[in-house]
Amino acid sequence: MKNKINAAQYRSGIRDGVPIGLGYFAVAFTLGIAAKNAGLTAGQATLTSFLLNASAGEFAGFTLMAAGASYLEVALMEAVANARYLLMSCALSQKLSPDTSIWHRLLIGFDVTDEIFAISVAVPGRLNPFYTYGAMTVAIPGWAIGTCLGVIMGNVLPARLVSALSVGLYGMFLAIIIPPARQSKVVAGVVLVSMAASFAVSTLPLFAGISSGFQIILLTVLIAGAAAVLFPVADEPAPSQKGGEG
Amino acid sequence: MQRNPYLYILAMASVTYLIRVLPLTLIRKEIKNRTIRSFLYYVPYVTLAVMTFPASVQATNSPISGWAALLVGAALAWFGKSLFVVAVAACSSVFLLELFLR
Repeated sequence: MKNKINAAQYRSGIRDGVPIGLGYFAVAFTLGIAAKNAGLTAGQATLTSFLLNASAGEFAGFTLMAAGASYLEVALMEAVANARYLLMSCALSQKLSPDTSIWHRLLIGFDVTDEIFAISVAVPGRLNPFYTYGAMTVAIPGWAIGTCLGVIMGNVLPARLVSALSVGLYGMFLAIIIPPARQSKVVAGVVLVSMAASFAVSTLPLFAGISSGFQIILLTVLIAGAAAVLFPVADEPAPSQKGGEG
Repeated sequence: MQRNPYLYILAMASVTYLIRVLPLTLIRKEIKNRTIRSFLYYVPYVTLAVMTFPASVQATNSPISGWAALLVGAALAWFGKSLFVVAVAACSSVFLLELFLR
């Protein structure tokens, strides 16, 4: 009986995971191009995507690798870029039945992405881990294969097409940050201030000595910290997690 | 890249996995500290915005097409289009514009 329920949950997870996997595939392609530009082989990029499933984190990581950053800098960058997963993981822990085994928790934790989180936390009642596994079954290969093809085909594709595809990831980032910015003036302000600060830091000679990766960390800690102090979030910070990315 | 890429990947994967798995396995209570919660809430917006601009304008063959991608993407995202649609539209606007920019 329990197996039957788990199987049904798994199938329903696969069904809900298909659009996520397809979206990941297209976006991961542009991530593959970024990986190639950073000097990674197809195998290395695919391994990264298989292990991380985190577009912003991977993109930031590739950027730092290309800049020859230290391992500590890269680790720190991942901690900052993926800090939101900490919050999602907390929310998911409330969604699981308290007697859920440690093995299920370890497995679910492998693929806490914006989308997988969004559909998992939206399940009515308690979350059956097999639902999340179903979505992971489609999403992880979509992400990894997309990255792989991005590295391989990035070579073959004409420069004009590569130029076009290179903005795919930014389009995805916009799809994550703009809708909440429309709903909240504070988020909109945070986004605009961040872009302005990023532009200033990248142009002003004063900051030329700071690596681009560290600029991201610095701006994130400063601006998000200031926003947290000035505009503390009322209660459940859930709306942000609807948008999403891998 | 002078360093070992596999060590980079290991560092990235370990940190990312720990971040995702620790709350699920250890913390079963909700985070109560409002400032920490707020900070975590704002982090993705700042990180993604900082990475998007001005880099998106500089990524393409011409800054004009980069700006077009940024504006088209932002407009479609504003009207709630999906991640997939926004990404494809940003790419398409660059491709189409650059046909004429030569």
